[in-house]
Amino acid sequence: MSMLEFENVTLKFGGLTAVNDLSFEVQEGEVFAIVGPNGAGKSTVFNLISRFYDPYAGSIRFDGHDLLQVKPSGVAEYGVARTFQNIELFEHATVLQNLLVGRHRHRKTNLVSEILFTPSARRQELENREKVEEIIDFLDLQAFRDKMISGLPYGVRKVVEVARALATDPKLLLLDEPASGLSVEETTDMRWWIDDIRRQMGITVLMVEHDMGLVSGVSDRVLAMADGAKLALGTPAEVQSHPAVVEAYLGKAS
Amino acid sequence: MRIVFKTDYMQDIRPWKDSFQLTMYLILLVIVAAAPWLLDDFYLGELTNVLIWAIAGLGLMILTGHTGQVSLGHAAFLAFGCYANVILIEAGVPFLIAFPLAGILTGIAGVTVAIPALRLHGIYLAIFTMALSILMDDVIVLAEPITGGVAGKYLGGVEIFGHLVDRWATPDQFFWLVLIVAIFVTLGYINLLRAPLGRSFIAVRDSEVSAQAMGVDVAKTKTLSFALSCAVTGWAGALMGLYAGAFNNETFSVIISIQLLMMIVIGGLGSIHGAFLGAIVIGFLPQFLSISKEYVAAAFGGNTVAIPGLEFGIFGAILICFILFEPMGMYGRWLKIRTWFELFPFYRKDMFKRQKSYLKTERLR
Ligand SMILES: Nc1ncnc2c1ncn2[C@@H]1O[C@H](COP(=O)(O)OP(=O)(O)O)[C@@H](O)[C@H]1O
Ligand SMILES: [Mg+2]
Repeated sequence: MSMLEFENVTLKFGGLTAVNDLSFEVQEGEVFAIVGPNGAGKSTVFNLISRFYDPYAGSIRFDGHDLLQVKPSGVAEYGVARTFQNIELFEHATVLQNLLVGRHRHRKTNLVSEILFTPSARRQELENREKVEEIIDFLDLQAFRDKMISGLPYGVRKVVEVARALATDPKLLLLDEPASGLSVEETTDMRWWIDDIRRQMGITVLMVEHDMGLVSGVSDRVLAMADGAKLALGTPAEVQSHPAVVEAYLGKAS
Repeated sequence: MRIVFKTDYMQDIRPWKDSFQLTMYLILLVIVAAAPWLLDDFYLGELTNVLIWAIAGLGLMILTGHTGQVSLGHAAFLAFGCYANVILIEAGVPFLIAFPLAGILTGIAGVTVAIPALRLHGIYLAIFTMALSILMDDVIVLAEPITGGVAGKYLGGVEIFGHLVDRWATPDQFFWLVLIVAIFVTLGYINLLRAPLGRSFIAVRDSEVSAQAMGVDVAKTKTLSFALSCAVTGWAGALMGLYAGAFNNETFSVIISIQLLMMIVIGGLGSIHGAFLGAIVIGFLPQFLSISKEYVAAAFGGNTVAIPGLEFGIFGAILICFILFEPMGMYGRWLKIRTWFELFPFYRKDMFKRQKSYLKTERLR
């Protein structure tokens, strides 16, 4: 079953067509990668899913819902979580607090019960912590749980962002360049985590990534983009050997 | 260094780190509550004033310190709360109903202001709210039949269960009234911060885009923050009215707005402690200055001269120093000092340094 559907989506920034008549589908349970040179429109695809921009034309559907009908905060409520290419954590909060914000969509309490911190608010906090603690264990973040984000090294922040997205208990996880700026070891860790996220947690993954080793290692299908449009779509091997992709990456052979 | 081992989740949920910390705060509370026996009426009055400012600071802290929305207009909400309280009491509503209601009405007023303000960020929001504060001054003058205009209003104490509570006649009781309000507001604030709503305030402050991506409705969150902030500020305003006794349009001028914002910046944005520390500075600075002026006069043999604006000028200078050298405020400084002692001799200079952050415009690419 297809979980996410892009149908003829176009987005323009002034004169620039960032996404050009793009169609693709992400199947439930797969790891789907988007590759392409800088400025190809990959992050813009993510931002469209997050509803930060309204497309100029086309439709985006998730799990049977028309995403274009919901506001940005509603996307998470359907079960879509994401990370950002340039890391968007809550800087002046601890790792634990960041992950707890991820639990926001499961909030059942209201203003009054929270201010009074009623037993139901307490119970909810305990449940949130249990869930968050599982993720901290899964991603090996124990040493950082009470640290402020503003003091953490880059590699740890990348992982915290993945952890925060997982804390929302998503059906679909969007990872924007999860391995960029990571060391070789950190990239290997990330690779196993993505594998586990799909296999153990049963979460569908859509990721943008430049590291072809990581892409071919974990993804089932790959979409190659250039100038906002689709170049090729298929297995990692198919896409890597596709003439249009080779041309886009290496330039026209003269 | 005290090391706290965590053995269950409640340890993170409880507002205190360990029983030592809880004991310290309880001892502090007992000492403060005993102030009427420890201090003379003058200093008790000053302490009451500090607590009222701290409540106002807590109000602004919710909006500016925790939600990241700068307001230079909170004197307008102090005024709203003050007038609402007095007008209700004059209409025969008992204080115990009028007072909570005054805060709630101020909260509602805050929501009506929040809605047009939602799209404004940073300096624009500051200007918008400042205009509000200036406007409030005129509104009070124009609405003379209700507010008493330039002549102002006067309230000689309130009755609680047939018992007079007044700043002059019964300063002890008035102090306890203010203390109880301060405790309630602080406890509510602590609860908020350990619950989803408080965390969503922080989320909106630090990154609106990722708050949204986590399912936080930014507009709704900001509106709620305005509501809570203004309600608390309204209560502080009502207490300020009782403390002042007589007040008019000038009592809550835009200068008060600025002073309130300076206060929480000096105290430390984004912490409950910051509101209290800032209030202590703003409350005791005038006393400190007048005492030091006497010393200076005594030392140099001159007589004490009044320098107009000295207080505000020194306050401004302190603020500039903090912004340049300690943007985290007094509470931030305290945390660093404490860490230094706890880690001695392993403290590193860059321990609290921030990592590179991106400009907002390049963040989403
Ligand atoms: N908010 C924006 N306003 C204007 N142009 C944008 C905006 N976001 C992205 N772009 C442009 O759209 C194009 C695609 O960007 P992006 O999706 O970030 O590329 P990438 O594939 O490297 O992630 C780029 O040319 C970029 O400059
Ligand atoms: Mg990108």
